[in-house]
Amino acid sequence: MKKMSLFALLLLVIRRDLLLAMRRRADVLTTLVFFVMVVSLFPLGVGPEMDMLRKMASGVVWVAALLASMLSLTRLFAADYADGTLEQMLIAPQSLSVLVLGKMVAHWMVSGLPLVLIAPVLGLQFDMAPPALAVLVAGLLLGTPVLSMLGAVGAALTLGLRGGGVLVSLLVLPLCIPVLIFGAGAVEAVNSGLNPAANLELLGAISVLALVFTPWVTAQALRISME
Amino acid sequence: MAINWFKYSAPSTFYGLAGKLIPWFALAALALFVAGMYVGFYVAPTDAVQGEAYRIMFIHVPASILSMFLYLIMAAYAALGLIFNTRLSSMMATAIAPTGALFAFISLWTGAFWGKPMWGAWWVWDARLTSELILLFLYLGFIALHASIDDPRRADRAAALLAIVGSVNVPIIYFSVKWWNTLHQGSTIKFSGTSMHVAMQQALLLMFLACWCYAIAVALARVRSIILERERATQWVGELKEVQS
Amino acid sequence: MLEVSNLACSRGDHPLFSGLSFSLGAGELLQVQGENGKGKTSLLRTLCGFMQPVAGEIRWRGENVEELDEDYYAELLYLGHHNAIKDELNALENLQVSAGLAGGELSEKEALVALRRMGLKGRELLPVKVLSQGQRRRVALARMLVSQAPLWVLDEPLTALDVGAVGLIQELLGEHLARDGMVIFTTHQPLAVVGVETRHLILS
Repeated sequence: MKKMSLFALLLLVIRRDLLLAMRRRADVLTTLVFFVMVVSLFPLGVGPEMDMLRKMASGVVWVAALLASMLSLTRLFAADYADGTLEQMLIAPQSLSVLVLGKMVAHWMVSGLPLVLIAPVLGLQFDMAPPALAVLVAGLLLGTPVLSMLGAVGAALTLGLRGGGVLVSLLVLPLCIPVLIFGAGAVEAVNSGLNPAANLELLGAISVLALVFTPWVTAQALRISME
Repeated sequence: MAINWFKYSAPSTFYGLAGKLIPWFALAALALFVAGMYVGFYVAPTDAVQGEAYRIMFIHVPASILSMFLYLIMAAYAALGLIFNTRLSSMMATAIAPTGALFAFISLWTGAFWGKPMWGAWWVWDARLTSELILLFLYLGFIALHASIDDPRRADRAAALLAIVGSVNVPIIYFSVKWWNTLHQGSTIKFSGTSMHVAMQQALLLMFLACWCYAIAVALARVRSIILERERATQWVGELKEVQS
Repeated sequence: MLEVSNLACSRGDHPLFSGLSFSLGAGELLQVQGENGKGKTSLLRTLCGFMQPVAGEIRWRGENVEELDEDYYAELLYLGHHNAIKDELNALENLQVSAGLAGGELSEKEALVALRRMGLKGRELLPVKVLSQGQRRRVALARMLVSQAPLWVLDEPLTALDVGAVGLIQELLGEHLARDGMVIFTTHQPLAVVGVETRHLILS
């Protein structure tokens, strides 16, 4: 038996979680369907005026993405917690943070990436212009990983609690507000003829910060929750 | 003279100390509040631009400042409890949270009352008001997380981690909301002159101190109940006069 | 060498035990005994670092395990009440993932050998959810075959196993102890290893 490198471990966890998601496809689809449904409800609520819809589009898509990513959070650690795998992860001799990072990446690929991919279609429903669409997708690509990472912190803190699903949204949504502001702000900048680079750069900076800190914080939260 | 601070980090000794301090802070809060109200309503002049409505700031401004300070203090106590495993610090954090949330709520409530005559609307998406709302959410998250975990040790530690993550996030949230607000051309309240009248400053200071004393008194009273609840199995609690009767 | 000194544990507000001291040397087999609710599982979970002791310390090769952290975990194998296997994966995938989490890359061939020794021949590629409880436990216990950790912490390893499998586990423990391994376990069934004296630790 060979000793495993950290990178190999990361890949192992990602592959495992993707494999599990593949064999439980319904879970992945619910998030996506929820996202599409929420976005489609807005025109029904505010009326079909194209001018207004065009103006709201980026905000609606972003808020829906935020809500959709909350949906799948409770599942992030719940199954591993219930069947004892999480205990084995806590005593993994490499790094728990790397294991957690792997789970975050897999979670994003399963619940964040599909949203990014389907967002242009939803943008077209709101008659968004092609440059705005491109910026929307770029923003989502930078921002949705942060939602998964911050969400993981919340999921770890609420592990095994009654009503964890609602609680995790209460904890995580306020922390996600900067992502929402810069993501939607980038699209708005393009619409008003400004350069969206500043917004996107700030979004990128937040992603990097989250990437550095959240795996470790989540690991600590898991240790606290497993007691 | 060397004071043994660690002596007071034990819940049993702090319980007695807090009991002695509460009346003083409560009385000070009351006196300062009365004085502040008097100066605010009778001494301070009417503002040239805002008329009488500005007087709501004597409660609004201290409440806003305290809600932010208390969050940081709460997070600091929580962090101490998490790192050094001192039970009293975690209890203090838990005791401060409801008061902080209350001040955030008062700040929003009075902000709405101030906004109606100034902006013509109960709620305006002003950068500071919006940040205050998010701060209230952060407080509620802390309280909700703590309340939903049965094991007190896990509750303390989990809530502490959340408070730390929250306090790291506060500047980012504040900055992003400001950025968002300038993009949307928000309005802010401005005073007639470049500087406030002296009486206004005095009233503000008095009210600010009153709020501090109130916050300390209430937090100490709450931490006493928490200590009793958590330490109910210990011998020293059983020997207390108030418990035996 | 595992040394536990003056250990006290509690669950929530409820104290379980205190002043517990013992040590475990190479080649020793220690059974933790006590009625339900006396803290057997809590003791094992504390040894694994899932729970913080209220007082006392745990040392591994002379150093505090909290300071050793991941270096200690590299020498630890823990099998808990839960099997830590995934219903959706097959036995082979499960074993490879478990070994990976424990820090080793297990080839398919090595994994298959281990599973066959556990009596799972012909079931290696079936999803675990179609296996019986006893067979799932065997998949989980196959980790003992591929582990190189000297310290084994086993919580009720014999649940759901038939007589043949119990014999196999005793054999595995014997091999492990012969390699200077150490085992600390709980069980409600008789478990003895030929040629090794079982020490007892009674929680009351």
